[in-house]
Amino acid sequence: MAVLVLGEVIDGALATDQLAKTLTAVASLGAVTVLVAGAGGDAAAAEAAGLQGVTRVLFADDAVFSHAMSEPTAALVVSLAGDYSHIVAASGAYSKSVLPRVAALLDVMMISEVLTVIDGDTFERPIYAGNAIQTVKSMDATKVMTIRTATFDGAGVGGSAAVEKIAVSVDGAMSAWVEDKLAASDRPELTSAGIVVSGGRGVGSEADFAMIEALADKLGAAVGASRAAVDSGYAPNDWQVGQTGKVVAPNLYVAVGISGAIQHLAGMKDSKVIVAINKDEEAPIFQVADYGLVADLFVAVPELTEKL
Amino acid sequence: MKVLVPVKRVIDYNVKVRVKADGSGVDLANVKMSMNPFDEIAVEQAIRLKEAGVVEEIIVVSIGVKQAQETLRTALAMGADRAILIVATEDVQQDIEPLAVAKLLKAVVDAEGPGLVLCGKQAIDNDMNATGQMLSALLGWSQATFASELAIEGGHAVVTREVDGGLQTIKVAMPTVVTVDLRLNEPRYASLPNIMKAKKKQLDEKTAADYGVDVTPRLSVVKTVEPAGRKAGIKVASVDELIAKLKDEAGVI
Ligand SMILES: Cc1cc2nc3c(=O)[nH]c(=O)nc-3n(C[C@H](O)[C@H](O)[C@H](O)COP(=O)(O)OP(=O)(O)OC[C@H]3O[C@@H](n4cnc5c(N)ncnc54)[C@H](O)[C@@H]3O)c2cc1C
Ligand SMILES: Nc1ncnc2c1ncn2[C@@H]1O[C@H](COP(=O)(O)O)[C@@H](O)[C@H]1O
Repeated sequence: MAVLVLGEVIDGALATDQLAKTLTAVASLGAVTVLVAGAGGDAAAAEAAGLQGVTRVLFADDAVFSHAMSEPTAALVVSLAGDYSHIVAASGAYSKSVLPRVAALLDVMMISEVLTVIDGDTFERPIYAGNAIQTVKSMDATKVMTIRTATFDGAGVGGSAAVEKIAVSVDGAMSAWVEDKLAASDRPELTSAGIVVSGGRGVGSEADFAMIEALADKLGAAVGASRAAVDSGYAPNDWQVGQTGKVVAPNLYVAVGISGAIQHLAGMKDSKVIVAINKDEEAPIFQVADYGLVADLFVAVPELTEKL
Repeated sequence: MKVLVPVKRVIDYNVKVRVKADGSGVDLANVKMSMNPFDEIAVEQAIRLKEAGVVEEIIVVSIGVKQAQETLRTALAMGADRAILIVATEDVQQDIEPLAVAKLLKAVVDAEGPGLVLCGKQAIDNDMNATGQMLSALLGWSQATFASELAIEGGHAVVTREVDGGLQTIKVAMPTVVTVDLRLNEPRYASLPNIMKAKKKQLDEKTAADYGVDVTPRLSVVKTVEPAGRKAGIKVASVDELIAKLKDEAGVI
């Protein structure tokens, strides 16, 4: 078996943490080739080559792959697919856009959000917002899958794979990038942070969300949010944790003013320690919290930030 | 321009699913079923495009069991013009995989010639997040996933997408497949008069065989189990106790 892992490049930088965790998840499947696509991705390709468990890096240095446009990227992956039994990427907006296209073009089923690789054909994945775990066996010749990376440790550095430049001509005319509005932040990234502090509808306004951010900064944490907080405009969309947002599993997750709907739990219930601060002692979030504090968040959060 | 909106019948998002003890799946008997929430957003968007004069006809399609006609009636009551039900199984427990759904949708697109397909980003039962992208690939069309804003401008669609780091705007050539995200719009409720009117709207019933598509699953489900549960912990009485527990007991700060 041979594995092709699609690495993601954002503004010229490799999404290293996601790739490293994916390498751990697929380590039992065979030799791993990492594909890095995008003009000027030399440093990203070199970084991928330095990760343990990587045998080879293919680097498609072409502007058509910049900005992660799905159609040309999928065509690139399909052109390489013949050499691999498994085509894999860390689950995220990029892979979820590209890999189902690849699967359809190869006439195979997509296997989304793999939690566990049992063997070359058999995988565990969550359904119904993680309320059930399904074991599926693929009958397809090529397995195309995304990995839910939250619970994996990343592969280490110290590898020295060769980087091979590849030239592929694919058509990028169907779609064009216009602009990115990516929030720059000095905080740790939500999906790799050791601590996450999330706020919900209970926080009440965008201005008061600063309180959540202050607590996060005190803890060196990333900031998350419930869907209700994002929909209400208290927090940006990329902070949403849950079934249809990001899935996190930090050492500590602090849920503030979040009721604990199943769609939210889907994104954080694998955290090692969960703290809930909510004024309603019946809130479902307390059913998954290791430490629950029934309190008004407007009192408890500033006090907590102050005393830490 | 016609727009095609695939709508899936799924377990209602408020229902707490029960995993069957024998590992054979999730209990769907006597459970409330509804339209996939993302598909309501897609239907709403299609109606808004029609109201804006960009779209002439909205066709909704559902694939699965016969009961999916209820889902289609809901979409018709919201404002879709006509519906196609493709019966692909008699078994309510059998999920039709995104690859097979995409092949059937491609056949419908070939027959109907829409200029736009609006899919949900994800079905909340199988959580696959694949069908729209697969359809786009099979059609050889462009795609725009996870849309939170959509504008049709001549031969293009300008779409703002919810991506991991924030928002991205792209411009895709029409015809295209757009998959919709939560913040694109807030779907309307169907009014009683519209529910009555919807009963008279056209609903054609087909089978997967009519389109010559094989829906045999590619993934066999070995078993379905409940995830390892989490026990509720303790309640702390004060911020001081919380800090002490996190430091001394949990050792996480
Ligand atoms: C298709 C679909 C997908 C979804 N995906 C997601 C997802 O990915 N992520 C997600 O989070 N949700 C998702 N949801 C939404 C989910 O169902 C809930 O609506 C949402 O999680 C609720 O957010 P919340 O807990 O912030 O708000 P609420 O449920 O309104 O809870 C607010 C909480 O704040 C508490 N509170 C209020 N004031 C105070 C105070 N002063 N001090 C202390 N506590 C206070 C209240 O007691 C309450 O428990 C999805 C829903 C659907 C239909
Ligand atoms: N059986 C189906 N019938 C109609 N539409 C479907 C079906 N399955 C998936 N879809 C469409 O594809 C989207 C994504 O579904 P999925 O890829 O299964 O997560 C849904 O939101 C629907 O728009």
